Amino acid sequence: MSAAVSDPHARSSATARAGGAAAQVWALLAEVPDPEIPVLSIVDLGIVRDVRVGADGRLRVAITPTYSGCPATAVIRTMVRAALDAAGLTDAILEEVLSPPWTSDWLTPAGREKLRAFGIAPPENSLMSPRQLLGSPAVSCPRCASRDTTRVSEFGSTPCKAHYCCRACGEPFDYFKCL
Amino acid sequence: MLPGAGAELQQETHCRYVLRLADTSLVLGQRLGEWIGHAPALEEELALANLSLDLIGQARLLLTYAGELECRGRDEDALAFLRDAPEFFNLALAEQPNGDFAHTIVRQWLIDAWQLEVYAALEHSSDTRLAAIAAKALRETRYHYRFSSGWLKRLGDGTAESHERTQRALDALWRFTAELFAPDEIDERMSRAGVAPSLPELAPRWSARVAEDLRAATLTRPAAQPYPWHGKRGVHSEHLGHLLGEMQHLQRTYPGARW
Repeated sequence: MSAAVSDPHARSSATARAGGAAAQVWALLAEVPDPEIPVLSIVDLGIVRDVRVGADGRLRVAITPTYSGCPATAVIRTMVRAALDAAGLTDAILEEVLSPPWTSDWLTPAGREKLRAFGIAPPENSLMSPRQLLGSPAVSCPRCASRDTTRVSEFGSTPCKAHYCCRACGEPFDYFKCL
Repeated sequence: MLPGAGAELQQETHCRYVLRLADTSLVLGQRLGEWIGHAPALEEELALANLSLDLIGQARLLLTYAGELECRGRDEDALAFLRDAPEFFNLALAEQPNGDFAHTIVRQWLIDAWQLEVYAALEHSSDTRLAAIAAKALRETRYHYRFSSGWLKRLGDGTAESHERTQRALDALWRFTAELFAPDEIDERMSRAGVAPSLPELAPRWSARVAEDLRAATLTRPAAQPYPWHGKRGVHSEHLGHLLGEMQHLQRTYPGARW
């Protein structure tokens, strides 16, 4: 960068290149599926925190874990590395950040819709909602949209899900829980 | 005092403080894992396994950090699998055996309520790395507490049998709670440095929460037992050695084994 700084045109084109590179990397990461809920990409899940070109000219990608013990985290790291390497970005640096902590509020609107279409009820309340303090929220069935559902278990097949059942259509389903 | 000795002591204290948090999560997580294949119902088995997974995840973040503070090149695996019982600094309550389901729930609820206070305070620690880990753990702990306090009330205010077993568990485990908020020189030094909260200041909040849950659960709070255990100083009940024997077996038998 230091050579480019003296020439404003060169700098602006370098910045544009960096911005273009970041956009390209975001697009690349949008193709990396969550290993446990493959309809969601890691971008939908809201765990890609930052893509930027550092002062040293190297690309830096920051991701954050969903749950501290989520076994998918290591798999995701490997998949992101592989995606970057396949795109020729072998010198890109993959960083893990913890702050601010991921919550289900980081799930994108597109991600919520993909979950519903896949048969997993998206989180109903924002973490900040006072209803959240009162325990179990009213969850809509992802199949028939009835709100006459019941919680079978606060815990499910992965750390991010709880188990529900619909009284209207009888369908058991996963609920992406609020954290 | 040699130049730098003060800073070294502070670094060592800091490492020890983080190890205590890590070990409580790791040991409790290992205990909960023992329920897999034995829980009273599938849903509760899933719950205990999920709690275990979160706790071990928190322990990994904390152990990695403690290893960096220690500067002796030990990573999370070396710290988890290659230390003996006197070098573990978890609360003695965490290592107590599972007993029946009521016993596991009471132990979990007491520690969840403790972690709620400690992590909420650590979220504002002057140590930004520890604050970030605490912020993450706090959100998980809230969910754990909802589960354990919910079961405490259902069991306590349930049948005569479930009430009696839960009260028995409470009576048996209460003597380990004196350690939760009894500060020693490590806690005090970290508190003065703005890294850790003052334990005596957190105690009344824990106590009030516990009292409220016990009332709802129709359980009787046992008399205070002033003698604290010293798990966090590395003085353990006999149970920890057995737990480590199982947890560390593979790494002790095949040193350096990898997937």
